[in-house]
Amino acid sequence: MENNSPALPPKQTVKLRINGAEKQLELAPWTSLLDALREHLNLTGTKKGCDHGQCGACTVLVDGRRINSCLTLAMMQEDKEITTVEGLAKDGELHPVQQAFINHDAFQCGYCTPGQICSVIGLVNEGKAKTLDDIRDLMSGNICRCGAYVNIVKVVQEALERSETR
Amino acid sequence: MKNEQIGKATSRVDGRAKVTGEAKYAAEFNVPDLTYGFVVSSAIARGKIKSIDTSKALAVNGVLQVFTHENRPGYVWGDEKYQDKDSPPGSPFRPLYQSEIQFSMQPIALVVAETFELARYGASLVEVAYKQDAFDTNFEANIEKAYVPEKYKSTPPPDPRGKPEKAFADAALQIETEYTHPSEHHNPMEMHASVAVWEKDGKLTVYDKIQGVDNSQQYIANAFGMDKEEVRVISPFVGGAFGSGLRPQYQLFLAVLAARELKRSVKVMLTRQQMFSFGHRPKTTQRLAVGAAEDGKLEAIQHDAFAETSKFEDYSENVITWPGVLYKCDNMKLSHKLVGLDVYTPLDMRAPGGTTGIFALECTMDELAYKAGVDPVEFRLKNYSEKDQNQDKPFSSKELKECYRQGAEKFGWSKRNPEPRSMKEGHNLIGWGMAHGAWEATQKEASAKAVLSPDGKLTVSSATADIGTGTYTVMTQIAADTLGLPLQDVTFLLGDTSLPKSPLEGGSWTVSSVGSAVKAACDKVREKLFKLAQQVENSPLKDAKFEEVRFTDGKISLQQDASKAVTITAALKQNGGESIEEQVDSKPADKQDNYAPYTHAATFVEVKVDEDLGTVKVTRIVSAIAGGRVINPKTARSQILGGMVWGIGVALEEEAVMDNNLGRFMNHDLDKYHVPVNADVHDMEVIFVEEKDDIVNPLGAKGLGEIGIVSVAPAIVNAIFHATGKRVRELPVTLDKLL
Amino acid sequence: MRPFTFSKARDVSSAISDVTSHEKAKFIAGGTNLLDLMKIDVMTPRHLVDITNIALKTIEENEEGGLRLGALVSNADTAYHEQVEKRYPLLSHAILAGATGQLRNMATDGGNLLQRTRCYYFYDTDTPCNKREPGSGCSAIKGYNRDLAILGTSEYCIATHPSDMCVALAALEAKVNVTGKDGDRVIPFAKFHRLPGDTPHIDTNLKEDEIITSIDLPAKGFAEHYTYMKLRDRASYAFALVSVAAALEMDGDTVKEARLALGGVAHKPWRKPEAEAMLQGKPATRGQFQKVAEAYLEGARGYGYNDFKIELAKRAIVRSLEQAFKMEASS
Repeated sequence: MENNSPALPPKQTVKLRINGAEKQLELAPWTSLLDALREHLNLTGTKKGCDHGQCGACTVLVDGRRINSCLTLAMMQEDKEITTVEGLAKDGELHPVQQAFINHDAFQCGYCTPGQICSVIGLVNEGKAKTLDDIRDLMSGNICRCGAYVNIVKVVQEALERSETR
Repeated sequence: MKNEQIGKATSRVDGRAKVTGEAKYAAEFNVPDLTYGFVVSSAIARGKIKSIDTSKALAVNGVLQVFTHENRPGYVWGDEKYQDKDSPPGSPFRPLYQSEIQFSMQPIALVVAETFELARYGASLVEVAYKQDAFDTNFEANIEKAYVPEKYKSTPPPDPRGKPEKAFADAALQIETEYTHPSEHHNPMEMHASVAVWEKDGKLTVYDKIQGVDNSQQYIANAFGMDKEEVRVISPFVGGAFGSGLRPQYQLFLAVLAARELKRSVKVMLTRQQMFSFGHRPKTTQRLAVGAAEDGKLEAIQHDAFAETSKFEDYSENVITWPGVLYKCDNMKLSHKLVGLDVYTPLDMRAPGGTTGIFALECTMDELAYKAGVDPVEFRLKNYSEKDQNQDKPFSSKELKECYRQGAEKFGWSKRNPEPRSMKEGHNLIGWGMAHGAWEATQKEASAKAVLSPDGKLTVSSATADIGTGTYTVMTQIAADTLGLPLQDVTFLLGDTSLPKSPLEGGSWTVSSVGSAVKAACDKVREKLFKLAQQVENSPLKDAKFEEVRFTDGKISLQQDASKAVTITAALKQNGGESIEEQVDSKPADKQDNYAPYTHAATFVEVKVDEDLGTVKVTRIVSAIAGGRVINPKTARSQILGGMVWGIGVALEEEAVMDNNLGRFMNHDLDKYHVPVNADVHDMEVIFVEEKDDIVNPLGAKGLGEIGIVSVAPAIVNAIFHATGKRVRELPVTLDKLL
Repeated sequence: MRPFTFSKARDVSSAISDVTSHEKAKFIAGGTNLLDLMKIDVMTPRHLVDITNIALKTIEENEEGGLRLGALVSNADTAYHEQVEKRYPLLSHAILAGATGQLRNMATDGGNLLQRTRCYYFYDTDTPCNKREPGSGCSAIKGYNRDLAILGTSEYCIATHPSDMCVALAALEAKVNVTGKDGDRVIPFAKFHRLPGDTPHIDTNLKEDEIITSIDLPAKGFAEHYTYMKLRDRASYAFALVSVAAALEMDGDTVKEARLALGGVAHKPWRKPEAEAMLQGKPATRGQFQKVAEAYLEGARGYGYNDFKIELAKRAIVRSLEQAFKMEASS
């Protein structure tokens, strides 16, 4: 371990496009997208459950793809379309996946829920889940300690059916 | 009919807040001018801090202070000042109290900085020199030194009944087993966090992750010598806890300390790794000696537990009380000893004691049923207990037989060939196993307030918590039901020390305790409303008696003639534009003393075990639950499903592994400590059998938070035996144990 | 996390000059492992060069009739690529057996090769670890080592390489194309990762200034007879205890060529060509497969908690080869 701690790097201007709105921040490079959302933009819907890509609570959509926002730097997500759970409802009307989570009681404490919801939307966008076992495997990146998996799977099945009929 | 809300599968009233991200958890109150604390954890398990150098951290621009045992202000030191409502007997851990290290990952410093990243960086610059001492973390090596604590935190083991030793020696069938349950960590998805908000007048508002705000408030007041009125604790949403939030964790102390010293607001969130640095389910070895007649009728049960605790507190839980609840047997001897280790004190974790004890008991009984050649369900019917023999009290209700019947039927149990290894599909051996379980259905003292405003909107409150259990929803239902209001006109508030007192949210007693208080408060409002309704001009209820009316659809009407009605808003007009406000303190009725209230479950499991590779897949679980009146079948089912998922974790995956060279749990993150993921979960079915109970509490409802887990792991392990012929007596059953 | 400076590179040459002109500099692409380790001070670069804008994001035909995977193609896009699915299903399956949907969307093919071990002690800076801090000792050898290596270990380190993708790439005999300040070179896959020896802190033979630009898959994809089997402590989202990439080229019931690579057992994907060769020209029988399994595990050594891996690996090899031969759906 080095003895002389290096000087702090200067903050840089970071432009993020989140839920359709342009946000400009002054950030040091070491700020993760997750911390930028939660601590700098007060978008606390995206959760920190491990900060190491081991739980999925921080899942957001970047250009429609689901990623772990804890494992990327805010600076690396400029010029992209970032969608968090706060950006899903339109004009007060819940996104169908959000509504399905309520209908199927697909959560208990609710802490993993925003990540689960973004993950379901990302999974549907990917279009690779064909079977029940596919769904279970492709949703395994979102841990739910309350154990709502049976109900979450129902949400995914419903979302996949909806995307097929569209 | 009545009961329009109770019994209805209502969606969670807090659902919208949770799916939109609006629900705010402890760490999400970003008040202005907030600072961030990051905890430095001890590298060693036992010894002393020789020196701690914070200068490099303090030199970082933006680091405000580093708190250690060297600069921590005096405050108060007595043990009693650090005891909380869930403390076991002993001397509680006091953060930054002294240079002594009592366990690995003990918090030894808090770095406070203007940003989270700076605090984390500062923490990495704190240099610590230790004097290491020898330590005991090896459970097996210390088991023979196990001791009987001076005082149990749990129910002390009951006195022996009958002549257990002789009855065992004389029994036609004898079985002696040893089962081991590992240490497990709660790992709720939300890490423990506190935001201590420094108010202008020196008072504190604290957002804490806790299963009962009163506990945090009392703890802070005691430890910092403050008046309770100076500390308000708020906790509207808790991202899971499962017991980890019963005691205030050290981040609360550290956040408050820093806020008071810096006169700034401070947020401290533990890291996931640090979630392995405090309470956990204790590692427990159990020895059972069970004797039975040829036909499987039980003659003697001896059940001894040896459970981990810390060197500074005597934690115990009800591990060995279950034989006396679940099996009729006249000769019984139960004991619970503690193994003191250099670890943090264990802590109640979902169905504490039940998960551990029922696992060993139910696997042993499965072994005995095989020995007797009796079907496991038949075996349990043969030894069915009609009373809690530990207390010699009849059950307030017990529909366990119906659980067996409905569960077995749904599962198809009658088609089971008892022969192990008798079912195969390709490389997979298929096994069917079952187990039953019980959990206490206690009612505690609780208070609630109901305020009905002139516009007919009802606000009910109690300082309880909703850790995902559905408290918001079921309390809203109970209140709406009592006053005949639509759900949307009722708001339930919780998680705030300014609200009426409530017990800790745990032990499956919240519906029973807080629900009864809510009902009682609303009942009082009801009486008042009725009187007001009679005062309405030309009231059709003028001559009615209170017993003759009902409250439905926002109206008070005659049960016999619904057309004779007064709307609640009309009645309220008689109150001079004032709200009706009622607060009650409720407590269990005396008649409960004569009964033992329990929930019961029977669980049936199918597993597929790869014959060569040892991988286990739990393909089907059916649990039948007798839990009294179910207030909300939707959230209740979720509770039981969650318990089943936990059962899979307990049976197959979870284990905090101690490295005895370092005295440290080494798999301290969610990569290496495995909890079930979606792909581990297959078909699950929940049955609620009808159970009437007018003793347990005024609602007839029993809590369901814990009954869902207790019988699942043993049913899985029994199914693995049926599949493979291998009896694994040490959890978790990982594939290597089946090779 | 230590402070660092940050720059974005437009192309490979600017990335290399950026990384060589800064002290303790690292490339960052997916970031899924680097940031994970930086947060706990296991890796402490002082400068990061973001390479995600460099045009290395395509999958194309290469000169030898195989496919060239751009280093910055995501793991997900690789696994789901039509040509990869069709011609290299082993690779596709291996990638999908690893991590999660989210992580595969972030992680790149080049980055996957550079993943570091998930050893418990490597991840905990309060414990001795020769890989993290050379000379401090190995805590795992006498400690908790359930996940750790049984082959090719040294007295200094028993870490495993955590990748699934690399196990398939090893079996397929991929080549790694790299560019450094001294120009381009090609590293055969078997030579890319190292064994720990007495320098466990060095994972690969890639030099500090070198950047992976692409991975070449040879024409032969073994699309007719293959299996990727991953055994782990839960059904998904866990690293392998043992994994097997098995690929066969068959002539009726006779093996023409066999490829076998093991994951979760060594500091690199484990191959033993002389043991693979035992199958050449032989009938595909369980007995033959068992002989190969024995040969593969020759010299394996357990360290207590991971002793079971030796037997497990043998059984996994036999099962994988059977599955590859019969091409039944795995369960």
